[in-house]
Amino acid sequence: MAIESEVLVVGGGLAGLTSALAAAREGADVRLVSYKQSSLHHASGLVDLLGYTPDGEGPIVDPYAAMPGLPDDHPYRTVGVETVREAMTLFDDVTDYRGGHTDANALVPTHGGTVKPTARYPAGAAAGLASDDRNVLLVGIESMTDFDAPQAAAHLEAAGVPFDVRGETIRFPGDLRADAKVTRYAKLLDTNGEVAVRGRTRGARDALAERVNTVHGNERRVGFPAVLGDQHTDAVRGALEDRIGADVFEVPMGPPSLPGLRLEEALFEALKEAGASVETGNPVVDFDADGGEIETVYVEKNGARIPNRADQYVLATGGLVGKGIESDRESVREPVFDCHVAHADDRYEWFDGDAFGDHPFARFGVDTDETLRPLAADGRVEFENLRAAGSVVGGYDFAAEKSGSGVSIATGYVAGNTAAMEVR
Amino acid sequence: MGSPPHIAVIGGGSTGAGIARDLSMRGLDVTLVEQGNLTHGTTGRMHGLLHSGGRYAVSDRASARECIEENRVLREIATHCVEMTGGLFVKRPEDDEEYFQEKLRGCRACGIPAEVVSGAEARAMEPHLAKDVEKAISVPDGAVDPFRLVVANAASAIEHGARIETHSTVRDVLIEDGEVVGLEVEHASGAGKRVHGTEGGREEIRADYVVNATGAWAGRIGEMAGVDIEVRPSKGVMTIMNVRQVDTVINRCRPKGDADIVVPHETTAILGTTDEEVEDPEEYPEEGWEVDLMIETLSELVPMLEDARTIRSFWGVRPLYEPPEVGSTDPTDITRDYFLLDHAERDGLEGMTSIVGGKFTTYRMMGEEISDHVCAQFGIDADCHTADVPLPGSEDFTVLRDYMDEFGLRSPIGRRSVERLGSRADEVLTTSDPNPTVCTCEGVTRAEIRDAIEGSGSDLNAVRIRTRASMGNCQGGFCCHRMAGELHGEYDEDVARQAWDELLQERWKGQRHALWGEQLSQAALNYALHATTQNRDRDPADGDPVDFTAFDGGARSSEPSGTAGVATDGGGQDGD
Repeated sequence: MAIESEVLVVGGGLAGLTSALAAAREGADVRLVSYKQSSLHHASGLVDLLGYTPDGEGPIVDPYAAMPGLPDDHPYRTVGVETVREAMTLFDDVTDYRGGHTDANALVPTHGGTVKPTARYPAGAAAGLASDDRNVLLVGIESMTDFDAPQAAAHLEAAGVPFDVRGETIRFPGDLRADAKVTRYAKLLDTNGEVAVRGRTRGARDALAERVNTVHGNERRVGFPAVLGDQHTDAVRGALEDRIGADVFEVPMGPPSLPGLRLEEALFEALKEAGASVETGNPVVDFDADGGEIETVYVEKNGARIPNRADQYVLATGGLVGKGIESDRESVREPVFDCHVAHADDRYEWFDGDAFGDHPFARFGVDTDETLRPLAADGRVEFENLRAAGSVVGGYDFAAEKSGSGVSIATGYVAGNTAAMEVR
Repeated sequence: MGSPPHIAVIGGGSTGAGIARDLSMRGLDVTLVEQGNLTHGTTGRMHGLLHSGGRYAVSDRASARECIEENRVLREIATHCVEMTGGLFVKRPEDDEEYFQEKLRGCRACGIPAEVVSGAEARAMEPHLAKDVEKAISVPDGAVDPFRLVVANAASAIEHGARIETHSTVRDVLIEDGEVVGLEVEHASGAGKRVHGTEGGREEIRADYVVNATGAWAGRIGEMAGVDIEVRPSKGVMTIMNVRQVDTVINRCRPKGDADIVVPHETTAILGTTDEEVEDPEEYPEEGWEVDLMIETLSELVPMLEDARTIRSFWGVRPLYEPPEVGSTDPTDITRDYFLLDHAERDGLEGMTSIVGGKFTTYRMMGEEISDHVCAQFGIDADCHTADVPLPGSEDFTVLRDYMDEFGLRSPIGRRSVERLGSRADEVLTTSDPNPTVCTCEGVTRAEIRDAIEGSGSDLNAVRIRTRASMGNCQGGFCCHRMAGELHGEYDEDVARQAWDELLQERWKGQRHALWGEQLSQAALNYALHATTQNRDRDPADGDPVDFTAFDGGARSSEPSGTAGVATDGGGQDGD
């Protein structure tokens, strides 16, 4: 017996979660299957819409205003600016992200010491915006090599930020191993666990604040690497603000990224509330199609092939990073439904010689029609009932444009909504 | 006694560093100049094979004998640079039986311990060998880290008073009255350790004698001195796999051919190579078919290579030399022997000798011979000690320690650190401060990075070759910024940022030849981390000024005043 649903979403990253949410909120019976860890684990947790044009102009102040100027085949052009706005409304509905009060991008300090344009940021990053002119103290943790606070502060100054910024490095209170994972720090702060400092035991939050107070001057904002709690991040931040006497913010970090994980959790939570069924950890290994429609996909579970049948399907397996797009020495392909992926025959034409050059690989992905159905090499629709969302869609360089999250949310929204409409 | 003669050595590869160590141990005053980092030329671009001599046992027995002799020496003086993996000369059904027998006889004639093992025995040692491998000859090949070895030679030379100048290019050979009297050198960033942004400058280095140990570049120095040195640079490709498919050096047992060796090296395996003469040691084509050839041909020996992940490929140029009258047309026929060219005897130019040809495994022997030659010029009678005195890091090193307890490191990382540092482990790793891991792929801790920075200035590529940080699977995706972070404190932010950019570009360069499959996925992730999360591709600190007031200042402030469009003062930003 096949597992039945109206809409089946393959992929559990930002695009898959958004499309499942969109379809479920339209009243469809939705099932989501995902295999690998989503790339939200690697992502900073910032939600970018459009920070630079494909020609590298920017930072862009108003991403919506810049969208009509994008190339015709850009996913934002495919779905249209108004739809992007609707999709962002859905995102704002289900998260407590900030930035929705304006169309303008925010410039957020990153752990490398640069600022980057982004449209939405977690509440915990809100006090750190670079367009706020209050002075800043950045606090680094001695054993955390991913964030060198004095260097980041000097780097921000070199970028010309409109505030004074200083970096200090402290030792995290307690007895964490030098190689402790970020989740260890977060857990300790979440639980306000007891730590020993000079023979006295006290809560980790107090002990941390005390350490910071020895280096804190008159700065009105204090930034930490993004380790301030996992489940109770507001409470941790609030406690530190009280004891330090300044606004506290987190600087987004590289992997493993707590803000990315928190966002993933919030979206899964919302999806459950919307009534979708979710299965994680198992790959889609095969499918049946008939007359240009997908009939069944097979999910491999404990060695067995479990048929999953739906009326409409969404492909949201990610790009090269998430392995929704794969390659070998000769070719580039989409491995689940074998949808066409355009690429040069010579693999030496897949990249540019400069590390940050104009890389064709960054644009690898399926080409779609206006309702996001993948297209074959001859321009015909691959499958009538399959839509693509997120990084599996080609035609844009999300890293250079800072557009990854926005495209995932917008295309996920369209794919999910359209699929739900079709089953009505 | 007057002051010792001052010898200028050109070239910071294995030969130059070996000569500098030898001469300084004999009490001479030495200055070594190198245009790039140590190992910048051929030494840093080899497969890391410590020859048993088996490779030359048929074609070039003199070289084979030298190899086994030096193989034994290096195992003693450079224990922390050498891994005695053992090697196999493997025979496939289509390979010539007569040649196999000749190889065996040759090894024995040259004093190279050699045993025949059956196909089944070979596969018991190396399970991934092809099923149809018939038999093999086992020889004492090994793996050697060329970076560590050269750095240790340079460190020893410095201990004996030598001056080592990297990023210093020879612009002219100074000649007075028909005699070489020194060099004009251009420092990229001042004398001493390299610091980005430090103004460079020219320096005249007067010397009583000059040794040209620039290998494939020897002709260029010769030109400056007005003498002809007919080096025949020959390129070879090497492809690095992300894991060790084999733990033994695997050679194909046949006369000559491309793609006939796999060397296990640290966490990787290196496939090699080709042999093709090139005009210029720096400008030659690097092509994808050469990489494909390595993978496809060597899959005949180790089938799993066909679908394995490669992390990068690189090319090196052999500094081959033969007296012009020999006239070999095929570079594989040119001898691997070395030649000492005394320009006084050869060209009537006093004060300079060039050393060309030769192999990495015999670098020390070459150093000894040329040091003897230099000492003879000055009537100095001093014994060579480089074969007896261990290199820094290989002195009196007893293993068997509980690294985890001793250095507070988790054991795999402790083990790898101690393997790299050898007898310097105590000195480098003992710290009262937290010592987190900076490079997870290669297990390199902060203490080791900081030690390398002390030895090499702000040059993160020099830190990389000393420690292997950023040389693993992720090719720097997760650790380049961390390494830059370790520079800060010692160096200003803009210096650290330049060094960071340079490292990112260098790491990209070699990966270009590995961009498919897993490694393309990794490259896409690295690009995302660096460009999306860190915005390093459009770093406002490197670009036009940003109008911060136009952007969202937070819900607590009023709406930004900016309007739609691009907000930079100077118009569009080109990116880097």
